[in-house]
Amino acid sequence: MNLKEWIFTTDHKRVGILYLIGSIAAFGVAGIMALLMRAELSAIGPTITADPTTYNVWLYAHGAIMILGFQIPALTGFFANYCVPLMIGAKDVAFPRVNALSVWLFYVGVILALLTFFIPDPPDVMWTGYPPYSTITAGNTALYSLTVLILGFASIIGGVNFLTTVAFMRAPGLGWGKLNVFVWCILGAFVMQLIFVPVLGSAVTLISLDKYLGTHFFDPAMGGDVLTYQNLFWFYSHPAVYVIFLPFIGVVFEIIATFARNPVFNYKAAVYGGIGGIVLISGEVWIHHLYVSGMPDWLRIGQMVSTLLISVPVGLLVISLVGTLYKGAISFETPMLYALGVVFLFLIGGLTGIPLAITSLTVNLSETYYVVGHFHYVMAVAGTFAIFGGVYYWFPKMSGRMYNELWGKIGFWITFVGVNIVFWTMMDIGARIGLPRRYYDYAQFPQAADAQHLMTIGAVILGVGFVIALLNWIIGAAKGPKAGDNPWGSPSLEWTTVSPPPHGNWPSPPSVSEEWSPYAHGKR
Amino acid sequence: MLDDKRTVGALLALAAAGPALAEKTIPTAARIIDPAAGWDHLWRDVLIDITVIGIIFALITAYLIWKYRRRPDNQQGSAPRLSAAAAIGWVVIPSFVFMADDFYLAANGWQLWNTFREVPADRLEVQLESGMYSWDYTYPNGVQTQNELKVPAGKPVLLRMTSRDTIHNHYIPDFRVKEDSMPGRITYLWFYPQKPGTHVVTCTEYCGVMHSYMAGQVVVLPPAEYQAWYEAEGAKVKKAAAPAATLSKTPA
Repeated sequence: MNLKEWIFTTDHKRVGILYLIGSIAAFGVAGIMALLMRAELSAIGPTITADPTTYNVWLYAHGAIMILGFQIPALTGFFANYCVPLMIGAKDVAFPRVNALSVWLFYVGVILALLTFFIPDPPDVMWTGYPPYSTITAGNTALYSLTVLILGFASIIGGVNFLTTVAFMRAPGLGWGKLNVFVWCILGAFVMQLIFVPVLGSAVTLISLDKYLGTHFFDPAMGGDVLTYQNLFWFYSHPAVYVIFLPFIGVVFEIIATFARNPVFNYKAAVYGGIGGIVLISGEVWIHHLYVSGMPDWLRIGQMVSTLLISVPVGLLVISLVGTLYKGAISFETPMLYALGVVFLFLIGGLTGIPLAITSLTVNLSETYYVVGHFHYVMAVAGTFAIFGGVYYWFPKMSGRMYNELWGKIGFWITFVGVNIVFWTMMDIGARIGLPRRYYDYAQFPQAADAQHLMTIGAVILGVGFVIALLNWIIGAAKGPKAGDNPWGSPSLEWTTVSPPPHGNWPSPPSVSEEWSPYAHGKR
Repeated sequence: MLDDKRTVGALLALAAAGPALAEKTIPTAARIIDPAAGWDHLWRDVLIDITVIGIIFALITAYLIWKYRRRPDNQQGSAPRLSAAAAIGWVVIPSFVFMADDFYLAANGWQLWNTFREVPADRLEVQLESGMYSWDYTYPNGVQTQNELKVPAGKPVLLRMTSRDTIHNHYIPDFRVKEDSMPGRITYLWFYPQKPGTHVVTCTEYCGVMHSYMAGQVVVLPPAEYQAWYEAEGAKVKKAAAPAATLSKTPA
C-alpha cells in the first residue's frame, strides 16, 4: 500500500476512509480526556492533578475535539464521502480535488486541536469559548479560533461538493423520491452547515480580535456586549446539534431498513416532514441556551414554543424508524444492535430535553449535570453509537472482509451498560441536587461523591467496550473472512458493486428501474 | 400579617420608582407564590409526561422487535404499502398529539416563568457584584458581606446582579433559581426563604480557573435575629461613614 497514493488521493472512498481514521484518532484522544476527567472527579478534592487549569484544558479538549474533530467529520466527512456517491450511483463526487482539499484541512484542524497538549498555555475556554473569560485568560484563545475556522472551512467546501453531487450526479432513473434517507439527511446537514458555519466563524474570529488586536466587540466597558457572542455562537451551535443528529439518524434508517428487510415506513413524512422540518426550525431555537442569561421575555416565549415544536419533526422520524420494524423480518447482527441502541438512547435523550425547552424548569436545571447527561444521551452517545453501528454496517463493503460477530456483540453490550451507568447517574444527580457542570472539584456537594465514583466506574466500562470495537475492526480488516459483495442482502446501490469498490465504483455506470428503490427488499 | 402602612409605603415607592424598574412587580396583597414549590410541582408533572411517552414508545418498539424477528433465514419483510390517506394520517395525527402536549407544557412553563420574574413588592433587595472568585453583597443600608447572604425568614429576597470581570452565575439549588451575572448588564433573581437554615450558593457559569471553588451560602435567620444583625452592622457602617460628611446618605 502506497502512502503517497493515499495522501494525494481524490477517490471519494479513500478520502472518506482518511476522514474515518482521523476522526477515530480524535475520538481516542478526546475519550482519554474523558477518562482523565472521570478519574479526577472520582473523589472530592484533588485526585490525579492538583491544578484546576489542567482539568479545564482536558474539559476543553474533550468537548471541542469530540464535536469538531470526531462527530461532525465522522458523519459529514466519512459517511457522506464513502456512502453518498455509492448510494446515488455516481463515479465520484462532483469536485474530487476540492474533496481532497477538505480532508487535508480536516487533518490540519485536528493537528491544531492536538497542539493543545504541547503548547505552554493551552486554551482553557471550554468548547463554547464565552467572553469575557476567553479574552482575558492566559490560555491560547487563538488556537481555539483557528481550529474552529479551519474545520468549519473544511465543512463548508464539503457542503458545496455534496449538494452539487446529489443534484447533478444521480444515476439515470434515480429520482429525488428514491434517494436513501441517509442522502437526504446529508443534504439537510450540509444546507445547515452552509447557512450557519459562517456565523460561528465570525464569532470565534471576533474573540481573537478582541483578545489580540484590542477591539471591543464583547467588552461592555467600551460599548461592546458580552451576550452578542453567546447569540452568535448558539445561532450556529444549536443547528450543529442537528448537523450531527441528521446524518446519524440517517445511518440508523439504513441499518434498520436493511435488517428488518422492509421499506422505510412513511418515507415522505420522514424526508419532507422530519428532515425538512428540522432544517426549517433549526435556526429559531438557540435562545434556549441562554435561558439564564437575562434574555428578554419576547425572545424566550417564541423560542420556547419553537424548541418544543422540534418534537414534531423528530417524532415523525422516530415513528418512521419504529414503523419500519412493523411486519419486518428482523435479525440482530452487530450493526442492528447499535441502531436499536440509538433508538433507545435517543428516546431517553430526546424526552429529557423537553424540560430543558421550558424556560422556567431550566432556571434550576441549566448548567448542571442534568444538562450534561441529557446532551450526552441525545447527541454524544446516540451519535457515537450510530457511527459505530454504521462502521460495522459498511465494514464488509469498505474492507471486503467480515468483522467478528461475537466480539461485535460483546463490545456493544459492554458499551451500552457503561453509557447508561454514566449518563443516567449524571442526569439523576444533576436534577436531584443540582451539581454544576465544569467543576474540577465539588466540596460544596459532598452528597455527590458516591454518584461520581459510580460514574467513573461506568466510564471505564464503556471505554472497554469501545476498545473492543476498535480492535474488532483492525483485526477484521487485516484477516477477517471474505465478506462477499452484499452480505446483508440490501437492494441499496452501494451493495451492487464489488467489495471493496474499485476507483470509479462500477465498471459501467448503474441505472435503476422503475420498481427499484433502495429499500425494495426481495425484488432484485 | 399584612402591614397596611408598609403596603402603602411600598406602593408609593413603587409608583415613584415604577418606570425605572426592569422587572414586573406584584402588590404585596397578593399571596406570595414560592417559585421553588412551583418548580417542584411542574418538574413532577413534566417527568410524568415524558415517562409516559417514553414507556409507550419503548413498549411498542420492544413488541415489534420481538413479534417480527426473522424466523427462516430467507424471510423478507412484508410491510403493506401505505395508502395516501394512511400516510397523511400518520403525519397529521401524531403531529397534533405532539403539538397539543407542546402547547400544554409551554403554557404551564410560561406561567411558572412569570412567577420567577414577578417579584413581590414587599421584599429585601440586595445588590450583588460577582468577581473572580467571590460573591459581594450590598444591603440597602450599606452593609456589605462576602460569600454569605444573610436574609430573614418569611420575606422574599431580590438580588440585583452584575459582574466586575467574567460571567458568573448565582445558583442556589435549594431555591431552584439561578441567573447569570455579567459585566455591563444588570440581571436579577428572587427567591422566597421561609424557614431558618443555610443553603449552598455556587457558581454555574464557567468563569475561570477557580470556578468550582466559587461558593458561598445563604443563611436564613429568624426575622428578629436578622433585624438585630442588620441594625448592628448598619450602625457600624454609619459610624465608619460619619467623618466623610460630604458623602450622601444611602436612602433606606
